[in-house]
Amino acid sequence: MSKLGKGKILNKLLELGPILILYMAVLNEFDFNYLNLAYFSFNFPFILIFYWSLKKPENLGYGLIFFAGLINDVVIGFPLGISSFAYLFMCGFAAYLRNITLRPSTLKDWLFFLFAILVVNSLTYIILILFFKFKIYYLDIAVNIVFTFFLYIIFANLFEIYQRLIRGSEKND
Amino acid sequence: MEASRDDFVIAIRSAFIQRGNKQRFSLIFLIILSIVFLILGRFNLSAINYIKISINELVYRSSFIVSVPENYIKKTYINIQDHFTYYDEYLKLKKENIELKTTVENTNFITSENERLKKIIDDYIIVSDEIIAKVLIDKQSPFLRSMIINKGSKNNIKLGMAVLDGEFLVGKVVEVNFTTSRVLLLSDLNSKIPVTIEPEGYQSILSGTGKNNGIIQYSKEEIFLKEGSSVFTSGSGALFKSGIPIGKITNKIKVDYFSDFSQLKFVKVIEFKKEDD
Repeated sequence: MSKLGKGKILNKLLELGPILILYMAVLNEFDFNYLNLAYFSFNFPFILIFYWSLKKPENLGYGLIFFAGLINDVVIGFPLGISSFAYLFMCGFAAYLRNITLRPSTLKDWLFFLFAILVVNSLTYIILILFFKFKIYYLDIAVNIVFTFFLYIIFANLFEIYQRLIRGSEKND
Repeated sequence: MEASRDDFVIAIRSAFIQRGNKQRFSLIFLIILSIVFLILGRFNLSAINYIKISINELVYRSSFIVSVPENYIKKTYINIQDHFTYYDEYLKLKKENIELKTTVENTNFITSENERLKKIIDDYIIVSDEIIAKVLIDKQSPFLRSMIINKGSKNNIKLGMAVLDGEFLVGKVVEVNFTTSRVLLLSDLNSKIPVTIEPEGYQSILSGTGKNNGIIQYSKEEIFLKEGSSVFTSGSGALFKSGIPIGKITNKIKVDYFSDFSQLKFVKVIEFKKEDD
């Protein structure tokens, strides 16, 4: 009985993992500035939200994503609501891909992810420029998109391993 | 064509409008809420500012806890970087060590060159051929510490010539006869030799005491001699060349001679003179 209880707690914790990581990412800004790499930046929340919304949406509540977006806006200093808007659009793209996909393929997901981040970033920065008069450095955004795209495949594999861990934990229960 | 458009619409509707499994809100509702936030923010509504301030409070309070894992990663990264830096420093030190070794080699070269140059300077004083003499009489009175050797003017012995026991100075010639000479030992009361005390580098006069040791005299100021310091001839007065070992400081100003004057059998008699002489 005690073992069963422990397993359930572990499973619950593992299920909460993605949302915890998302909150850590937005609160802490995974910037890797200490690497001192010029231009290097990537949007980790995009990768996480897209992957988990696509593969296991029940682990990532939309309401929590919305709130994570608000926190991100406060941390970065963007107008309140812009990150939530972007994150939820990423969820929408992922949900759409999930609905139309019969046979999932990582390569297709990856390419669709590129399309999604291009659209979402475009929408976000159009709003920022047109309505909030933000000055944007396009090179920085382009580099950020490229790194986000390339790092998706690495994180997707890591998340896959994590998912297997959750499944293993569920089986043990 | 119609069917594929229907599929698209169904997929979009399912993704944005319908509430998903275990989801409390539909996507479209939250997207609209975000847009509302943006619009209100655009017009600087105070409600939005309050929300911002509240979230700020939450963020600042929780950021310490949340930043622990990243700080750990950062710390680990810095540690790893430090290790690489240590390696770089090791290489740098290794290089420096090689450079220092080279410097030591250069120093050794300069030292030997210096010694050679000193020798050249010493050529200013020419050492005459060594004359080996036998000690005939070893006069050991309390008032006179001298000895008679079996070489005199016949053998080119001159007044003031230095008498050595091996490499150590024992005295000088004070009386020359045709076949014999008298040597005044350093231990004699009348013996006064200009000396250098090393490593301190003090210049002084070594005076005999009539006993088996000498004392340092006539130093310009109060000097503190270390036990074990060596006493050499200073070369002042141009009588002896500099650097002939004499003895060691044993007790403050007391000097123990290297040579045991009571055991002398054979001595070397040498003359030091200037080149132009």
